[in-house]
Amino acid sequence: MSTIGSEITKAGTAGTAPVRSSMWRQAARRLLKNRLAMLGLAVVVFMFAFCFIGPLFSPYTDNKIHLAQMNKPPSPQHWLGTDALGRDVLTRVMQAGRISLTVGLASMVLSVFIGSLLGAIAGYFRGICDQIIMRLADLLLTIPGLPLLFILGALLSDWKVPTEYRMYIVMLMLSLVNWPGLARMVRGEVLSLREREFMQAATVLGLRNRRKLFNHLLPNLVPLIIVIASLNVGGAILSESVLSFFGLGVMPPTPTWGNMIDSANNMIDFQKRPWLWIPPGFSIFATVIAINIFGDGLRDVLDPRPRK
Amino acid sequence: MSDLLEIDRLKVYFDTREGTVKAVDDVSLRVRRGETVCIVGESGCGKSITAMSIMGLVGSNAAAGPFVDGQIRFDGRNLLRLDRNELRTIRGREIAMIFQEPMTSLNPVLPIGEQIMEPLIEHLKLSRKAARARAIELIRKVGISRPEQIAKSYPHELSGGMLQRIMIAIAISCNPKLLIADEPTTALDVTIQAQILDMMRQFKADSNMSILLITHDLGVVAEMADYVVVMYSGKVVEEGEVVELFTNPKHPYTRGLLKSKPVINQRQDELYSIPGQVPNPLELRPSCYFHERCERCMDVCRTREPRLREVGDNGKVACWLYEEAVVHA
Amino acid sequence: MSAFITKRLLYTVVILFAASLLIFSLYALTPGDFITGNIKLTPERKAELREIYGLNKPVLERYAIWLKNALHGDLGYSMAQQKPVLTLFNQYIWNSFLLAAVSTFLTWVTAVIIGCVAAYKQYSWFDTLVMVAIFAAMSLPSFFIGLFLIKILAVDWKLLPPGGMIATGSQATGLAYVKEVIHHMTLPVIVMTIMGVGSLARYIRGSMIDVIKQDYIRTARAKGLKERKVLFTHALRNAMLPAITLVGFELPALFGGSLIIEKIFNWPGIGQLYLTSFGLRDYPLLMGFTVLIAILTVIGTLLSDILYRVADPRVRLQ
Repeated sequence: MSTIGSEITKAGTAGTAPVRSSMWRQAARRLLKNRLAMLGLAVVVFMFAFCFIGPLFSPYTDNKIHLAQMNKPPSPQHWLGTDALGRDVLTRVMQAGRISLTVGLASMVLSVFIGSLLGAIAGYFRGICDQIIMRLADLLLTIPGLPLLFILGALLSDWKVPTEYRMYIVMLMLSLVNWPGLARMVRGEVLSLREREFMQAATVLGLRNRRKLFNHLLPNLVPLIIVIASLNVGGAILSESVLSFFGLGVMPPTPTWGNMIDSANNMIDFQKRPWLWIPPGFSIFATVIAINIFGDGLRDVLDPRPRK
Repeated sequence: MSDLLEIDRLKVYFDTREGTVKAVDDVSLRVRRGETVCIVGESGCGKSITAMSIMGLVGSNAAAGPFVDGQIRFDGRNLLRLDRNELRTIRGREIAMIFQEPMTSLNPVLPIGEQIMEPLIEHLKLSRKAARARAIELIRKVGISRPEQIAKSYPHELSGGMLQRIMIAIAISCNPKLLIADEPTTALDVTIQAQILDMMRQFKADSNMSILLITHDLGVVAEMADYVVVMYSGKVVEEGEVVELFTNPKHPYTRGLLKSKPVINQRQDELYSIPGQVPNPLELRPSCYFHERCERCMDVCRTREPRLREVGDNGKVACWLYEEAVVHA
Repeated sequence: MSAFITKRLLYTVVILFAASLLIFSLYALTPGDFITGNIKLTPERKAELREIYGLNKPVLERYAIWLKNALHGDLGYSMAQQKPVLTLFNQYIWNSFLLAAVSTFLTWVTAVIIGCVAAYKQYSWFDTLVMVAIFAAMSLPSFFIGLFLIKILAVDWKLLPPGGMIATGSQATGLAYVKEVIHHMTLPVIVMTIMGVGSLARYIRGSMIDVIKQDYIRTARAKGLKERKVLFTHALRNAMLPAITLVGFELPALFGGSLIIEKIFNWPGIGQLYLTSFGLRDYPLLMGFTVLIAILTVIGTLLSDILYRVADPRVRLQ
């Protein structure tokens, strides 16, 4: 019986007309009221500021080797201690965050782009396009993800890419593995949108394919794509950390949160120097949980379908 | 005849983001033993919520439930003061309910027989075997052939009319004192509607059960009711014996309702409809809530709320037209 | 129903062939092989070995040979371990299964309980707490939480062993052996359960929230049933319908082990075997493992579809 209130609010947004600006404004208002989601956003903003602006305030950004300062535990000079080469761990966590966040964001953009494009094409044009794209997606989804990443990692390593460019390889790998799932979701949404009244009206009006696709279909896909994208960043950051931890992702000296935890593979570092690997782990955790909570808040206000 | 159910100044308010919705506002009504009372009104007038409140089913799964105040006295007990377990022993046993949508009111993944057996096992403490036998008997009683087979089938395999019969079978399974029927025939074909109403009347006659029937269909009211309560925007605007109310409606809203009902052999040029719309429940100010749509609206109607008071024999109306009559008499 | 299954089976078989060819080609393209990596061999001996293992033939021909053998139940011979791949699988897979089965069971039980209660008390503080915990579980890097728990519980507090399946050099048998294994599997099972419970609990919660609003739940309450019965008989049965499809998706994880967890906890399972073999480029084993998981994945998907049809009376008869 508590539906009374929601029915009243729904009255404003009901109908299948194309996305209106008032919908965005309303979504933004509702998002602002979601305290948990706002907290998530705040943490995300903080992590970005921490990683991208933080190093400006650090006196240890030169990455020079200080043998006298090797493996020191946390102290007033080095809040999170120093590593085997005498570098400040806090500064390195920030610098690693830059790479991890960039890789996460970039691979999200790439996989969302590929996935949405192929999914939209498959769902909109149907027929042979749909067959080819979706069979390919099925095929890739059949191959277990981690082994596929391992193979891709080994394959792409063979290109002898200099380590400072390896992050681009990692982005590429993650996008290759991620797009099929996204394409499936977008295709499903396009298929259901096609059947809705306003799309049929567009057909009846004799609008051309391109116009229908860009003016009527894509704007309605935007909410779903935003939701998918926000929830995908967290996954990409996690995948990158796993790959780097296994030595197949971004490699030292370029630091990422994942390859910093790699030091835990060393028995002594693992047991006696937790300051080397625990801070990057918590950075991953804090960033990903914040992104996921914010993404869930976004989904609440943007996803028109019932939540599952 | 003594009162079986007495609702006294019931208020059910919902807090929404936009403000408070007074879904039921100061509603009083009574149902005597063996009597059929109909609550009539448009959708959203609070009639269903009144019924749900009796069962304690309003907002039962929301953490922030509605604000409920007043008294619902059933057989000497105030239902609003009972704890969950006490209420549970009344639900399904002493008060049973059937709903508008038979297609969605039964659990899709449980066999029909199972769903009839549940209250028998719960309230009458029957064994599974006895409950099954009784369930099959009940299915037969509501006029469905091959009851053994029906007991094993699932809701999606039956038609809406048959499902509503099953709902009635569940409702009467423990011989309740009161049957609440919330728009029981609205979702059904016209031919089936009559059968369902007949069935309810027959069971009522057999067991001296009372019926509280909620409907927007005046045809159903004429067919079933002893006493009629008309609701508008969460308030009772008129009530009275069915014959009196139909022959001599007082409130302009009741008159409008009766006028908009097509009558056979009296073909009108155009069907009458009450102009305007139900007011937004969030924007109610002290006034007669019907004034915007009323043909006989006066100044006082816009600023002051009329009280429900007795007019004539055993009838009540909340309207300034009669308030004045009372004053000037 | 049978037409549906036939069609799906046919498609499944086609996808499997395509997938195995793709996997084979990818491994063939992967730089290095077991022989190149072995520095003890002379160039002549290497060429000879390549000839014996057929590594100098074209990829398609090698795939054809592999496929022919695989269809006859022969997944080849591990070069590094000098044992048939199937023998190795049989040796390691049950260790993985033990870990996966226990944690999958715990995951489902926990997720169903948490999901139901959270849905029932939607918007309460308990629900908010559960949602945050669910997000936390979904956002943990599994290898990190594994390491972290080992550090705290095993290294610092010495409550549990840090890894392995039995203590080094242990000669325990019978009940003592069982106890030792349980002791060793506690930590990895905890981590795997945490990793799995988040998304599942969230799914069940969402599903329950939808179901609780349904008319038939109101009917069940109107009948005067106990809340427990309303929740667990009427609501949960409906809420579990969509969740049942997820059971099939657990299949590859049940037998495929977890690469990350087995590596972190040094568990002698098939995932650990895969990782070791990947470093050595032991292709027959890698190929066998990957195809095995692919097969389990498609069977799992198929199983999900069938389960859904069997479980829901509305689709069952169509």
